[in-house]
Amino acid sequence: MSTLAIEHVTMPVFGRLDPHAGRAKQVAHIADAARQIRIQDLKLVHYAGAGHIGGDLSAIDILTTLYGAVLNITPDRVDDPERDRFILSKGHVAGALYTTLAAFGFLPVADLATFLKPLSALNGHPNRTKVPGVEANTGPLGHGLPIAVGHALSAKLDVSPRRTYVLVGDGELQEGSNWEAMMAASHHELDRLTVVVDRNRLQQGATVRETNDLDPLDQKAAAFGFAVVDVNGHDHGELLDVLSSVPFRPGKPTFVIAHTHKGHPISYMSNNAAWHHKVPTPAELEQALDELGAGVPSPSRGAAA
Amino acid sequence: MNPTLSAAQSLADQPRYDCRNAYVDTLADLAHTDHRIVGVVNDSVGSSKLDAFKKAFPDRLINVGIAEQDMVGVAAGLANGGRIPFVSAASCFLTARAIEQIKADVAYSNRNVKLCGMSPGVAYGELGPTHHSIEDIAWLRAIHNMTIVVPADPIETAAAMRWAAATDGPVFIRVSRMSVPQIYGDDYTFQPGKAITVRPGNDVTLISNGTVLWRTLVAAEHLSAQGIGARVISMPTVKPLDIDAVLAAAADTRGIVTAEEATTAGGLGGAVAETVAQHHPVKMRILGFPQFAPTGSAGFLLDHYGMSPDGIAQAARTLVE
Repeated sequence: MSTLAIEHVTMPVFGRLDPHAGRAKQVAHIADAARQIRIQDLKLVHYAGAGHIGGDLSAIDILTTLYGAVLNITPDRVDDPERDRFILSKGHVAGALYTTLAAFGFLPVADLATFLKPLSALNGHPNRTKVPGVEANTGPLGHGLPIAVGHALSAKLDVSPRRTYVLVGDGELQEGSNWEAMMAASHHELDRLTVVVDRNRLQQGATVRETNDLDPLDQKAAAFGFAVVDVNGHDHGELLDVLSSVPFRPGKPTFVIAHTHKGHPISYMSNNAAWHHKVPTPAELEQALDELGAGVPSPSRGAAA
Repeated sequence: MNPTLSAAQSLADQPRYDCRNAYVDTLADLAHTDHRIVGVVNDSVGSSKLDAFKKAFPDRLINVGIAEQDMVGVAAGLANGGRIPFVSAASCFLTARAIEQIKADVAYSNRNVKLCGMSPGVAYGELGPTHHSIEDIAWLRAIHNMTIVVPADPIETAAAMRWAAATDGPVFIRVSRMSVPQIYGDDYTFQPGKAITVRPGNDVTLISNGTVLWRTLVAAEHLSAQGIGARVISMPTVKPLDIDAVLAAAADTRGIVTAEEATTAGGLGGAVAETVAQHHPVKMRILGFPQFAPTGSAGFLLDHYGMSPDGIAQAARTLVE
């Protein structure tokens, strides 16, 4: 198998559409980007020989919607104090984050060829001191939500409209630190804080239900003082509508349960715990790229993959 | 250049001060002049003596409740938003319960968070080893990008805080509860990573900090009466260590005693030993707590483990006799 090299980096760079482009155009733009990000990320994991492809594919629609149309942040404003903050708490899907950041211009697409290589900035978990756009060095689970609460508190102290989004895995919610932070978030009425749960119902080797069940998650979050919204975490229109219209209840932080499938939408990976950090073989990669229509050009920008 | 000492003669007879008072006064001063300063606590308003701060800055004392992981993560998030959080909590809970947040969210993420370990060491005396924080220095010393400061008196506590507030990056400051005499004069300026030779001497070297420094100075007086010239080095910054001062002591004197209100494994003694072992081996005695401490007051426990002035002097004599 060949190792990851520049010829495996094929993704085009996506700009942000004008905010007034209209919902249909925005959704099409996000869908296009998400498809290309998936294609690129699969190649990264295949050729690097490592990564967390199952969780990557579960989270990519959420990441793409946030960076493609929701977050008030651009590559030239990564240090702007008034930028929105996005914190990836499930840091093991760094490959999805790097690919998304590259897709929207935060780091050179060519840098993706260094993914997991010796001395690369693109470590298996993100490092804010090396990768533009990363807000926190996550990896150990249960860290992002407290950090997000802290940032949301800073925004409230500053009387700033800047928003805070944090993406957590559902298995990750077994860490008690999340619930400590959720208590503080509602106590301080942080209604510009949005927690997005990547609710794929699988953790490393089994279902969340078999391991240490979270249900009824919606009732638990509501009992902790959150406004709870369920969305299809692979439906770009639903994600766009929900993530861009927080807060839903004044004075309450928002808890978005994004129902997803690990490995989505690859037929042999989807909802299969075996693909937590398995690496596709050449034949499996070919099939996955085929299923994503990798030979088909992006509608808005010509040949890409 | 060395600061003046407030009292040349026996510190044992001087009035004693709880460094938490200097801590809260300085924090309030800093908060008045810099809107970025906030306090973050785990219900530890009273034990950190922050009631007055809370009255003066009700929005800027963030109490997350009894939740140390959240406390340190929240501090990292506040720093992300441009604030300068002073996390103020009993050192035992702050450093043990939240060590992964200290490592990942603060040190590795290089966030401008000030971790203030209140009532460290054996300050909680009779409450026992669950509440003692003798391990904090060793734990945090193993974490890269973490400056560790152990002030010896109220003057040094305040000066270290002012430096920390003005310096970008992670800092851990121990704030002593066990009362200590004032060692330094008002002209004291904290210099990070710099040792202070508080007493010259060329027979043996005593290196200390925190609540044990004054005991070490008294020990040097005892040694002097016996004709032994003890150099006393104050080492407020355990990390990064002043390697030059340690190596000079190793070259100039016949051995080094370290004495601290912390474990004998991995603290100031460990840092000095790592230095001399690699660059200039000399005999050492490492004084501290080698085990979970039995029941007793903080002062009793220091004495019990050989950190009375007599105990420190006795350890020094074993190096020169």
